[in-house]
Amino acid sequence: MSSAARDSVAVSAASNAILSVEQVSYAYASNSAQAPLFTLEAMSLQARAGEIVAILGPNACGKSTLLNLIAGVLAPLSGRVLLDGFVTHTMPPRARAQRIAMVQQESQLLFPSRAWEFVMQGRHPYGRSLRFENEEDVVVARNALAQVGAEHLTDRRMDKISGGEKQRVILARALAQQPAMLLLDEPTLHLDIAAQVDLLDALRRLASVSRYIVVVVTHELNLAAEYADQVALLQRGRCLRVGPPSSVYQRELLEQVFQTPLTVETGPSGRPHVNVWSGKSTERS
Amino acid sequence: MQPLTLRRLLLRCAALAAVLFVVVVLALKLGAVQVSLYGLARELIRFALHQTSELPSNYSLIIFDIRLPRIFLGVFVGASLAVAGTSFQALLRNPLADPYVLGVSSGAAVGAILAYMIEPHLGLAPDVAVLLTPLGAFMGALVTIAGVYLLGQRDGEIDSTTLLLGGIITASFLNALIMLLLNLISERDHGGMSFWLMGDLSTPLQSNLQWIIRVGFFLAAGAIYTTASDLNLLLAGEKEAIHLGVDVRRVRIVVYVAASILTGLAVSVSGAIGYVGLLVPHVMRMIFGSDHRILLPTAAFGGAIAVVLADMLARTVVAPGELPVGAMTALAGAPLFIYLLRRRMG
Repeated sequence: MSSAARDSVAVSAASNAILSVEQVSYAYASNSAQAPLFTLEAMSLQARAGEIVAILGPNACGKSTLLNLIAGVLAPLSGRVLLDGFVTHTMPPRARAQRIAMVQQESQLLFPSRAWEFVMQGRHPYGRSLRFENEEDVVVARNALAQVGAEHLTDRRMDKISGGEKQRVILARALAQQPAMLLLDEPTLHLDIAAQVDLLDALRRLASVSRYIVVVVTHELNLAAEYADQVALLQRGRCLRVGPPSSVYQRELLEQVFQTPLTVETGPSGRPHVNVWSGKSTERS
Repeated sequence: MQPLTLRRLLLRCAALAAVLFVVVVLALKLGAVQVSLYGLARELIRFALHQTSELPSNYSLIIFDIRLPRIFLGVFVGASLAVAGTSFQALLRNPLADPYVLGVSSGAAVGAILAYMIEPHLGLAPDVAVLLTPLGAFMGALVTIAGVYLLGQRDGEIDSTTLLLGGIITASFLNALIMLLLNLISERDHGGMSFWLMGDLSTPLQSNLQWIIRVGFFLAAGAIYTTASDLNLLLAGEKEAIHLGVDVRRVRIVVYVAASILTGLAVSVSGAIGYVGLLVPHVMRMIFGSDHRILLPTAAFGGAIAVVLADMLARTVVAPGELPVGAMTALAGAPLFIYLLRRRMG
């Protein structure tokens, strides 16, 4: 295959997509007569192709809810999420899966498959149920594995590879969807520090070279500061601030949100760096 | 990287069809009355040439009027149960799910018996009345799955241990109900009990019922097959499937209704034959992998082979007596169930 063809497959539809979260709010109640158990107050943010947005905040602050609203699998109570002018939660499931790919926290397999079979699942939105994969699907799947540096895992079984390798294959499946936007829900949760950096480097590269919009929910303050172009800081269902890490990483603000004493300094890369110096270990540094 | 192709699928199916053919020939030959292969071939050729009326022999009576209909019944019952089992395993995300283990077969039996009890009071035309038992079995299966599904929930999610326990308890309760109902129908004749509880292929079917089970099988299994790749993704989890573009609600409803139809049909004509829906998909998964596009059709063939074989053994091991076919499948299936359960826990 020519390199031009490879590039066209790799870049896909992304290039100029715009994500726009417009005054989105959400409320969850176990039944409609009761007061909501959880609410997300109206919030807005915008992201362009090639940008990494990190959603930060303590547990149960609404990070995953926000991510699912952006993904369009939850319908907002008010407001809307637009991806390239399309409202995400009213798109038909297949059309949505061609534009938005989600990498979940845990991917459990009932019957273990091989890595390539797993990546091939990302081609599902492009065919009817009974379609058999064609040459193009194979090319896309190969490229997706190559993009995350996981070609050597192609024929390995998913239950026989390490956590970091598995996370790469899961990311490859998301890329095989040829989306405009990649959403990741705590992708670094079970990875050691080297694998975390590996994954985030891969995301950085994907965002800037392949022009994806990347939205990632994470606990890792310092990794977010290092890699994100924008940070959205959430606390108990409220979005306190959206902006570049340098404007969000204020000592008082972070101390209040994470309930722990900390210091913020400027790291060697010119980005903020958080040190937790006592108390609960909400953040490794 | 070797994606599934239509050619590979058809080759696998052809191989299994050949095995099924051999098993059917064996089942025609073996039994309380031995039929020589030569005699069998002669009768089959005559039948193929439409010369059966020429000289009706004992052989042709045994082969065409007794064994062949029973084998056909076994083929469709086995295929239905195996496809239903495969579907339940995907739907409930539990490799140990099976219509019998979950009590769905017993629910279908209760529905069928109730329909049988109500039927004389409705004054229906005979052609319509014959539909009532399968319909009752279908409703029974539908209600039981819904019940077991609710029982198996814990904190809003399906918990596999709770689901299995709930199913086993449901089965035991429904089996007691079957005995109660059968006693209400008739105080003396309990011949039906082993039919409903263990399964039996020896009851001859009315010909329109035979058509119903054939057409019903192809419709329901076909409907499930249209969701084959959705089921592959559903196995990875509901949340993931949604993000990969699966219309989870639609797939659930299609598979839930179609699997109930398959179970209902099978139970209404053969009682509750156990473990076919557990054993067959498992073996096929080991041989062909867990892709439902290949698993569903191969399981259908496998189910047919398994039930025809089991029925052949049931007819022959204690000949001239007979075991219920469900006893044979349980002898093979229950140990496998325990093995799978241990492996999952270990």
